[in-house]
Amino acid sequence: MASQSLDIARRSATTTQPPNVRGDVPKVAKLIDISKCIGCKACQAACMEWNDYRDKVGTCNGTYNNPPDLDADQWTVMRFTEYEPEGGKLEWLIRKDGCMHCADPGCLKACPAPGAIVQYGNGIVDFHEEHCIGCGYCITGCPFDIPRLSKKDGKAYKCTLCSDRVAVGLEPACIKSCPTGALVFGTKDDMIHHAEGRIADLNSRGFAQAALYDPKGVGGTHVMYVLPHGDKPEIYDRLPKDPGISPWVSVWKGVTKPILGLGLGVIALGGFIHYVTKGPNEADDEDAKEDKHERR
Amino acid sequence: MNAADRISRYSSQERANHWMVALLFVLAALSGLALFHPAFFFLSDFFGGGTWDRILHPFLGVLMFLSFLGLMARFWSHNRYTPADREWLKRIGDVLGNREEGLDTGKYNAGQKTLFWVMVVTTILLLISGVIIWQPWFAPYFPIALLRVAVVVHSLSAWVLIAGIFVHIYAAIWVKGTVRAMTRGYVSRAWAKKHHPAWYREIGK
Repeated sequence: MASQSLDIARRSATTTQPPNVRGDVPKVAKLIDISKCIGCKACQAACMEWNDYRDKVGTCNGTYNNPPDLDADQWTVMRFTEYEPEGGKLEWLIRKDGCMHCADPGCLKACPAPGAIVQYGNGIVDFHEEHCIGCGYCITGCPFDIPRLSKKDGKAYKCTLCSDRVAVGLEPACIKSCPTGALVFGTKDDMIHHAEGRIADLNSRGFAQAALYDPKGVGGTHVMYVLPHGDKPEIYDRLPKDPGISPWVSVWKGVTKPILGLGLGVIALGGFIHYVTKGPNEADDEDAKEDKHERR
Repeated sequence: MNAADRISRYSSQERANHWMVALLFVLAALSGLALFHPAFFFLSDFFGGGTWDRILHPFLGVLMFLSFLGLMARFWSHNRYTPADREWLKRIGDVLGNREEGLDTGKYNAGQKTLFWVMVVTTILLLISGVIIWQPWFAPYFPIALLRVAVVVHSLSAWVLIAGIFVHIYAAIWVKGTVRAMTRGYVSRAWAKKHHPAWYREIGK
């Protein structure tokens, strides 16, 4: 939801600068430390409670994933993976999935409805459902398969990073509920610094490849992971190794459309110029006379 | 115009079919352009706002395709290319400069035929890609990677079709006496003789 105290850095389908007078707002970030997550789903419950949604009760699909997928009524889910590294060991990987709040958001780029998707000055990417037209283009723009169209109202929903709480100086509901400190929230700089400490700790515990997941392909994200196996993000339930906005979306939306839009104008202008320079093509009396002659 | 100076070009059914397609094209194009670029988003106001625009556009498109099937059936055989078309295309500069003397054009010239085939190809592409991205009915059944391609195919074909229709409308304004063929059904004999001499001879027989 729109909040007066949040500056808007970018606004979907808008070609001028949205209100951003305060400008230099510190960037925020959520850090998800996978090595500390115990899969208790307190964050899922807190998200439901604060944002006041209830997904319909589903069925067990044989995993601990419950519900099994994101939905318009489920903005974050724990994704459980049984991973067997070499040496006959078993690791239970648990990834809290949800919107990554990309610095370069593909959803916002793809959206044709003015103001349906905004990026605040602090980096949070938010859907304003009252402007959403339900076309689903945000789904094509997202490299992480996050937005979901609601079957109830035809609008797209996803994690807001509790923009309403952040606007009044509170941390997101999921952070508040996390019992192990796997979830932390603050400025992006602080979170990167915090992650460095965690990675050094993991390195000393035998996770030599531990790394921060802040993918550059989308300009970095405002939700970051500490991955114990940082060289293999895909083992964490298909977390993309090098995500980016599909060129089918970025090139098309970026340069092609304004040029083509202009092209239609040029064609129309071309017709007008042709008419006033070459003039109409008219059958004249001469043609009529010839026709009369032939008919005789 | 004297009744004796007229040649019938389009039957009342053909005219009705044409204008049905034309009307649906205008509605589909305007509602589609609204989603093409923010500069055109205001067009969605004509359809009751963005959400109604998104809801109505695919139905308008499908209706346009169905009525265009009628035109395809009616005009398909008249739009096969002939050797005379090669000559017409070679002398496109003369045609644009209003110097079409000596060209033995039949019922349709090569430009009109090309436009016909452009419309056939683009409307089919629009239908297929449009169904793929149609929310909420069909899009959820297709992979996201395919949706991305379909959106581009859809808007690119739409652009080609709209540009083609611009040419179609201009040509009708430019070549005087053409619009009447589609509004009243007839052209003057002089028009036929000047612009479509081979057709003129065929009719005159």
